[in-house]
Amino acid sequence: MSQARVLVVVETVAGEARPAALELFGAGRPLADRLGGDLVALVAGSGVQAVAGLAGELGADRVLVADDPALAEPVVARVARAVETALAAADPELVLLPATTLGRDLAPLLAGRFRAAHLVNCTRIELEDQAVVATRPVYQDKLLTTVRAPRGRRIFITARSGAFPVPEPQPGRQVSIEPLAVSFTEADQAVTVTRLVEKPKGQTNLESAPVVVVGGRGVGSAENFRLVEELAAAIDGAVGCTRAVSDLGWRPHYEQIGQTGKNVRPKLYLGVGVSGAVQHTVGMRGSDTIVVINRDPNAPLVKMADFAIIGDLFDIVPRLTKRLREVRGKA
Amino acid sequence: MKICVCVKHVPDPNLPVQVDPATRRLIRDPKQSIIDPADEYGVETALRLVEEHGGEVVAVTMGPPAAEDALRRAMAMGADRAILVSDEALAGSDVLGTARALAAAIRPEQPDLVICATESTDAYTGLLPGALAGLLDLPQLTFARAVSVEGSTVTVQRATETGYQVIQATLPALVTVTASVGEPRYPSFKGLMAAKRKPIEVRDIAELGLEQHTVGEPGARERVLEISAVRQVKQGRIVVDDGTGESVEEILAFLRSIQVV
Repeated sequence: MSQARVLVVVETVAGEARPAALELFGAGRPLADRLGGDLVALVAGSGVQAVAGLAGELGADRVLVADDPALAEPVVARVARAVETALAAADPELVLLPATTLGRDLAPLLAGRFRAAHLVNCTRIELEDQAVVATRPVYQDKLLTTVRAPRGRRIFITARSGAFPVPEPQPGRQVSIEPLAVSFTEADQAVTVTRLVEKPKGQTNLESAPVVVVGGRGVGSAENFRLVEELAAAIDGAVGCTRAVSDLGWRPHYEQIGQTGKNVRPKLYLGVGVSGAVQHTVGMRGSDTIVVINRDPNAPLVKMADFAIIGDLFDIVPRLTKRLREVRGKA
Repeated sequence: MKICVCVKHVPDPNLPVQVDPATRRLIRDPKQSIIDPADEYGVETALRLVEEHGGEVVAVTMGPPAAEDALRRAMAMGADRAILVSDEALAGSDVLGTARALAAAIRPEQPDLVICATESTDAYTGLLPGALAGLLDLPQLTFARAVSVEGSTVTVQRATETGYQVIQATLPALVTVTASVGEPRYPSFKGLMAAKRKPIEVRDIAELGLEQHTVGEPGARERVLEISAVRQVKQGRIVVDDGTGESVEEILAFLRSIQVV
């Protein structure tokens, strides 16, 4: 075992690693190699022995396992205490966390406690002799900034999900798995969780569908979504919606696209009555082609569109559905 | 209850962004800047809580004199008064410098609740609320999709990837809100007129007791090296529907051209 250089914080939920946390191995392994030291993984949760094994297969040299019922729920202060304990045990230079809701709360808290630099939501992390240079998207992904934090002190880094590939698992790697005992303080209880509510789960192939038809508030009602469903069926697309629509209860949350929903990058995104608030567009900006049907020529989504029809969706959508059925022989 | 709500004056996110090639900084034209749309949810949350429990909403921002515009908007929505932290020495502040300045302005107010958006629409780091909670020594309840107060307890539905947690803390506390808390009200004409007469206190760093080396460019620990455009906003085709069915044929032709149909 050599000097620990990089610590990755593997967030778990119900005894399983979050996918975004596994991507940290793709970011962390090359950094540890460059630094000539160990990649250490902290696996924090309850009933997480299987995740510890996976961490080794994905590239960790050493796995610290904080397996404690107190960590069963994602409570920021408690997980922060586990990370602090791991930092004391491993003393890494770089600490990588996923940019999940938990990671985004943890990293600034820890960076504040350690008066350390924090590189946020990175899509690229590069090492220089004197500094870590990272790239992150800003301004709703319209711009990229490159930022520099001097080395010599610990640096906290959150990695944007999807930016780093999960490495191929390599069964049988030499790895040291050690339990990590965490003692919690009273201050860790300032915020208490009284209840956990799961989102309703539902079947949708939204994230893999080549064509996505999305309805926004302009559709007007849950009943009117029949128009969106029929259009989607006529073009073999999946139905998606905006946050406003799922908040209003017109569509289930699992169809929501955007900041607090799913990210889609279909070949064709077809937006119906969607104005294009940034909270939505961050989740569909990567679509190959954007087609929009909207009344408002100044809607932000019209400006992002490859092709926009300005008009009444209640007129245009049924006509388009009918024509699609005709030309695709589904009439 | 007294609520301090943090707001930011940002370049209008619906307009194309421009970068100054010489300074590599975002061009911030005050005439094309607005209150951060994300902050309107924080103002709305504060107003609803005060409508229910009584009290006062104080909007707080840091920025050049033009940032007053964001405060006037918050007051037009219904905030009672505002504090503008403004000093040339604050230019180039990083998150910690900004949090120090805001904390110094908020601390003497002794609010029951500090409300921030989850992240700003421009710099987008989401770090400020955490730094502010740390400096003010407040528990932080983040990613709120709903906020309620009962007695001295604040309860938040904290959005997560798999659903939400219901979390609680004793006041005072800091809460960050998401767009799910509820649609921000549009200022009424009366509100807009009233906002012109509501007081804004302007504070410089000397009045806030801040030392110059802890804020602004000298206090910044992170340096931005470069900023570049990801891609140009597309110049797509726009067709106005005339009711003849022609526009539908044009979509079909377009869908054929990209081989979807």
